[in-house]
Amino acid sequence: MKLFKALGFGLVASALAISGAAAQDKTVKIATEGAYAPWNFTGAGGKLEGFEIDLANDLCGRMKVKCEIVAQDWDGIIPALQAKKYDAIMAGMNITDKRLEVIGFSRAYASGVHGWSVMKDSPLVKLAGEGKRFSLEKDAAGAKAMIEEWKPLLKGKTVGVQGSTVNSQFLEKYLKDTITIREYKTTEQHDLDLSAGRLDAIFAAHSFLKASTEKPEFKDMVIAGGAVSSDVLGRGVAVGMRKDDAELKAMFDTAIQAAIADGTVQKLTQKWFKIDMTPQT
Amino acid sequence: MDFSFMRDTFFSLLSGVPLTLNLALTAVAFGAVLAMLLALMRMSGIRVLDAIAQAYVFVFRGTPLLVQIFLIYYGLGQFRPTLQELGLWTFFREPYWCAVLALTLNTGAYASEIFRGGLQSVPHQQVEAARACGMSGFLLFRRIVFPIAVRQALPAYGSEIILMVKATSLASVITMMEVTGIAAKLISQTFRAVEVFVVAGLIYLILNFAITRIIMALEWWLSPHLRRPPAVEPRLEAAHV
Repeated sequence: MKLFKALGFGLVASALAISGAAAQDKTVKIATEGAYAPWNFTGAGGKLEGFEIDLANDLCGRMKVKCEIVAQDWDGIIPALQAKKYDAIMAGMNITDKRLEVIGFSRAYASGVHGWSVMKDSPLVKLAGEGKRFSLEKDAAGAKAMIEEWKPLLKGKTVGVQGSTVNSQFLEKYLKDTITIREYKTTEQHDLDLSAGRLDAIFAAHSFLKASTEKPEFKDMVIAGGAVSSDVLGRGVAVGMRKDDAELKAMFDTAIQAAIADGTVQKLTQKWFKIDMTPQT
Repeated sequence: MDFSFMRDTFFSLLSGVPLTLNLALTAVAFGAVLAMLLALMRMSGIRVLDAIAQAYVFVFRGTPLLVQIFLIYYGLGQFRPTLQELGLWTFFREPYWCAVLALTLNTGAYASEIFRGGLQSVPHQQVEAARACGMSGFLLFRRIVFPIAVRQALPAYGSEIILMVKATSLASVITMMEVTGIAAKLISQTFRAVEVFVVAGLIYLILNFAITRIIMALEWWLSPHLRRPPAVEPRLEAAHV
C-alpha cells in the first residue's frame, strides 16, 4: 500500500514537473506600438520601454510563460494579430464595440480619460470644463453640455489626432462638422505639428498629453478644457487577442486580476503616469 | 473575399484619385523644369554649375523619398520663426505644398539624369549638319537637339512619371488623404487589410495603365520615321477580271 502511495505521489509529482516545464516553454508574443509614451515607447537605446512593457513582464511572470515583446505600427496592429504574427496586443488599446467585432479582449488593466492639448498662447486654452471629467455613458448630459460649450471656440479649427484610435472616433462622432480633422500615424507627429503651429489643438488620452507637456521640447503645450471617457472612447485599456484564444484570455484575466489585487497596477501607473489609473470595475 | 465590400471600397478610394493625380502631375510639371535646368547645368561645361547639379542629384537620388518628406514637413516645421521671417511659412504650413515640394525635388533629380542621357545621345553629325546650315544657339536646340533628345528620353521618362504616381502614396504620412491615405483609414475602420489593399493596388494599376497608354501615343506621334509605311492594297488588274 505504501509502495502504491509512493508510486502515485511520484507520478503526480513528475506529471506536475512536466506540465510546469511545458508552461515554461510556451512563448507568448506580445505586440506594442513603441510610439505612445509613457504607455510604450522606444527608449534611448532602441529598447522598448514604458508602462505596458513593465506590466507585460509582470503578467508573464504570473502566467509562467516566456514573453517576447515586439514593436508593430499602430495601423496594422489588429490585421497582424489576425494574421497570427503575434498572440496579444498591449498598446494602450481601449475596448470598443467596433474592435470587439473582430478581436477579443482581456479584462481592462488601466482606464483613462481623453481631452485636449493646445499651445499656451492659443485662444483655445479657455476651452470649457477645466479639471472636470465626464463619462459619456454615466453622465451623458454633463458630457454633451460640455461638448456643446466647446463648439463655438473650436469652430473651423484644425485638430490633430492619431488615426484609427478611439480619439479619432470621438472627433468623428461628436465634432465632425465643427472642426477639420487631420489624422496622423503616430502621436509624436501631431505633437510636432501642434508646436510647429500647423494645428490649433490635439485630442488624445490625458495620460499621453501629460507626458508630452512634461517634455522640454513641448513646454509651451498645455492641457485645456475638460476630459471625457467611455462610449466610443472605450471601456478601459486591455490586452487584445484573437477571439478564439480562450486559453490565453483566461490566463491574462487571472494575471491582470492578481496584478490589480496586489497593487502592482497601481504602483506601475503611479510610476509612469504619476496618477493611479487602476480600472474601477 | 467579399465582393460587395470591395465594390464599396473601390468607390471610397476613388475619392482619393483627384489628389493622387494632382500631386503627381504638379510635381512632374515643376520637376520637369527643374530637371531640364539641372541637365543643362551638368552639360554647361562650367565646372561650378556642373558640381552643384551633381551634388544635388547625388543627395536627392541617394536618400529615400520618405525621409525627404519627413525632413521637409516635420524637420522644417521646427524652424517656424525663421521661416515666418522669410515669409515662407504660409507655404511650409500646408502639408500639400510640402508634399509637392518633396516630390518635385525628387523627380527633378531622377529626371535630370534621364534628360541628360537623352541630350547626350543626340548624334554629333546631326548637330554639325545643323551648324553647317547656319543654326546655332537656341534655334539649334529647339529644332534639332531637343526633338531628338525627347524621343530618346521618353521611354525612361515615362517610367519616371509612373514612379511619381506611386510615390504620392508616401504623402499619406503627412496627413494627405490620397488613395493610400484613405485605404489606411478604411483598414483601421474595418480591419480588412487584404481587400482594401487589393482594391488600392487595382486603382494604381488603372491610373498607370492610362498613363502608359498616353506615353505610348506620344512616342508614336513623335517618331513618324519609325512607323511602317501603310500597306498598299494590291491593285486588281483589269485583265484578271
